[in-house]
Amino acid sequence: MSRVFVRGLGAVSPAGWGVPALRAALAAGVPLPLRPTERPGWDQPLNARLVPDPSPRPAFLAHARLRRASPITHYVAAAALEALGHILPNPARTPRLGLIVCLQSGCVQYSYRFFKEVLEAPATASPLLFPETVFAAPASHISALLGNVSLVSTLVGDPAVFLQGVAQVADWLAEGRVDFGLVVGAEEANWLRADAIWHFDHGCVPSAGAGCVCLSLEPAASAGVELTALTDAQTYLSNRNRSDAAQLMRSQLPAGSANELLCDGLQGCRRLDAPELAAWEDWPGSRLSPKRVLGEGLMAASAWQCVAACDALARGDFTAATLSLVGCNQQAIGARFVRAS
Amino acid sequence: MLFPRPLQNGPPPRVVVTGAGIVTAYGSGWKVNAEGFRAGRTTFRPVTLFDVSRQRSKLAAEADLPDTLPATRLPARQASRLDRASRILLLAAHEAWGQSGWEPSEDLPLVLGTTSGGMLLGEEYFKRAVNSPRFHRGQPTRALHYQPQTQGRIIAEALGFSGPIIIIANACASGGNALGLAWEMIRAGRAGRVMAGGYDALTQLVFAGFDALQSISPGGCRPFDAHRDGLSIGEGAAIVTLESLDSASRRGAEILGELIGYGSTMDGHHLTQPHPEGVAGLAAMQCACAVAQVNPEDIDYVNAHGTGTPLNDSSEAAAINRWAGSHAAALPVSSTKAGIGHLLGGAGAVEAVVCLMVLRERWLPPETTLETPDPICRFPLVRQPCDARCELVLSNSIGFGGANATLLFRRYS
Repeated sequence: MSRVFVRGLGAVSPAGWGVPALRAALAAGVPLPLRPTERPGWDQPLNARLVPDPSPRPAFLAHARLRRASPITHYVAAAALEALGHILPNPARTPRLGLIVCLQSGCVQYSYRFFKEVLEAPATASPLLFPETVFAAPASHISALLGNVSLVSTLVGDPAVFLQGVAQVADWLAEGRVDFGLVVGAEEANWLRADAIWHFDHGCVPSAGAGCVCLSLEPAASAGVELTALTDAQTYLSNRNRSDAAQLMRSQLPAGSANELLCDGLQGCRRLDAPELAAWEDWPGSRLSPKRVLGEGLMAASAWQCVAACDALARGDFTAATLSLVGCNQQAIGARFVRAS
Repeated sequence: MLFPRPLQNGPPPRVVVTGAGIVTAYGSGWKVNAEGFRAGRTTFRPVTLFDVSRQRSKLAAEADLPDTLPATRLPARQASRLDRASRILLLAAHEAWGQSGWEPSEDLPLVLGTTSGGMLLGEEYFKRAVNSPRFHRGQPTRALHYQPQTQGRIIAEALGFSGPIIIIANACASGGNALGLAWEMIRAGRAGRVMAGGYDALTQLVFAGFDALQSISPGGCRPFDAHRDGLSIGEGAAIVTLESLDSASRRGAEILGELIGYGSTMDGHHLTQPHPEGVAGLAAMQCACAVAQVNPEDIDYVNAHGTGTPLNDSSEAAAINRWAGSHAAALPVSSTKAGIGHLLGGAGAVEAVVCLMVLRERWLPPETTLETPDPICRFPLVRQPCDARCELVLSNSIGFGGANATLLFRRYS
């Protein structure tokens, strides 16, 4: 059996650009400020937690493929480059990289702008916007930026898909098809996505950003974190609701102990949180709920959870960390990471 | 468990196709589609699903769907309310399921490729949110059902199985990648059988998008023609049931063909343009052949991606030329998009089913609208219906953004 290690982490979130900003916000534990997003036809805007502009502006954003790309591509690029660390892009030589980008809503900002143009005046709708609306656009841009990406895929689904991406990259590593594998979860925010989320829970605050884990088989290069388990994907069906699936996911993971961390997806919305609360009600260790601070970032939030859990292990705060991803409309998947020996 | 991966002893199992379902503008089902592909009929007509009066191009290959769906485990009320993409997908999945003879189980993965999912619902959500923002009726349902994972769950519910649902969105290579991933899952011991395929319904956003790029042919696509002027958009789906040869043999299942190779590569040249020399497409074909341990000389037919855009076809032709070498002169190639248009996320899966038809029924699908073959093509393009006894066929998918997939099928006898 191949052992899989976390090589690096990256994050862009409403807390800022980089894992240190994410770490500081979660350590403070205070929900980040809300920013209004105007909602056409309504007096009151919808609130969201948005990614602040980077300061200074990262040099890689000047890359030809990124200059006109959507914000989600910028988030993915920043998170991926941070997770790669000193594994610099070099198209002329190995290492071979694998890349999986996971999305739920995807490039909503350009999709909104483009379809608005289509309805108003289709003959003059921007040919520059349309390509950016495609789910695969961020992965394409990042592959061009990095240069040495040999395998790439974009997975779509609810936020638990992030761990399907981790599983696929672990397979690529085990089969020797890549030397390093990046798994990125990312989302954008705009008023339309906020409007959609509002229909399901008025208290849910949408947010945006990206998170990335870089995986490898090399213990020596690891950040001190090892992946030890990914549960089955517990799909929701008419005879298996979110609560059932969350319980099944929990049952496939160790019980935990006092010096272990549970990084969950609770966000303070009673109805949405209930299945996960019930599944983990007897958890004996510490808990961290990044969405309470950062908001509902969908796939980005799953990535933040994973990054936060691995970061806590890498810093020696815990001996093991369990990740609970109870997605909104597809599946529940859990993971367990430990301090690498 | 998704990790650690299961231990595997011995070589990977052989993977065969035991069921196939297909929906295109030719109609719904293997028989009607086989007739259409064999004759090389074209299906382009004025778009009726949305307003194209202000678009540069006005033709597409719409699928005529039956008024009623086949009986499944879905409640009649739910089935009657399915969106267009879900209906297309369900028709294909139901046919494949029936042909396979599979029984429902709790551990059956579903791998789907799509570019848009239920985008028609997303478009409707947008219009209502903008035009009548305080009228919420139906909006939560639209927000939920436009997402492809919901459509995957509908298929599982309709056919009575459960298992992981994986949605691949690698643009126009999505369907090919979905079959490829399913193949890899069986070979790695992750699953004994997998349902896989691709689908997309015609949507205004996507049609207008390609029109904005001036990529749509005003008169219907002519892949590999020297005077080609763009692609044609179509809609449809194909689903196949993949399982190990041992499993199929134990059941005494009819085997439609064997999937023996898969290659997946990335072309970082440009977001909307393939590398002029087709380097990633070439690498995908080489990879698929290497895995299958076959040579280009062994291949009897290539179902090309062949969209009909000047850049795609010249890039793919260059790749085929280099890959096939001297064998190119004797290698029949055609693009079935000439008849049904580009099905985007459904294309790779539909073209995989066309390959199965070629192997089973022993003919080659022609491009009957081809007038002047592009001289860059060193291979013969199939222009007239003809019989052919093929043992090995290859299918290419080249995606917007650079994802490439090649599938390699062998006749099973």
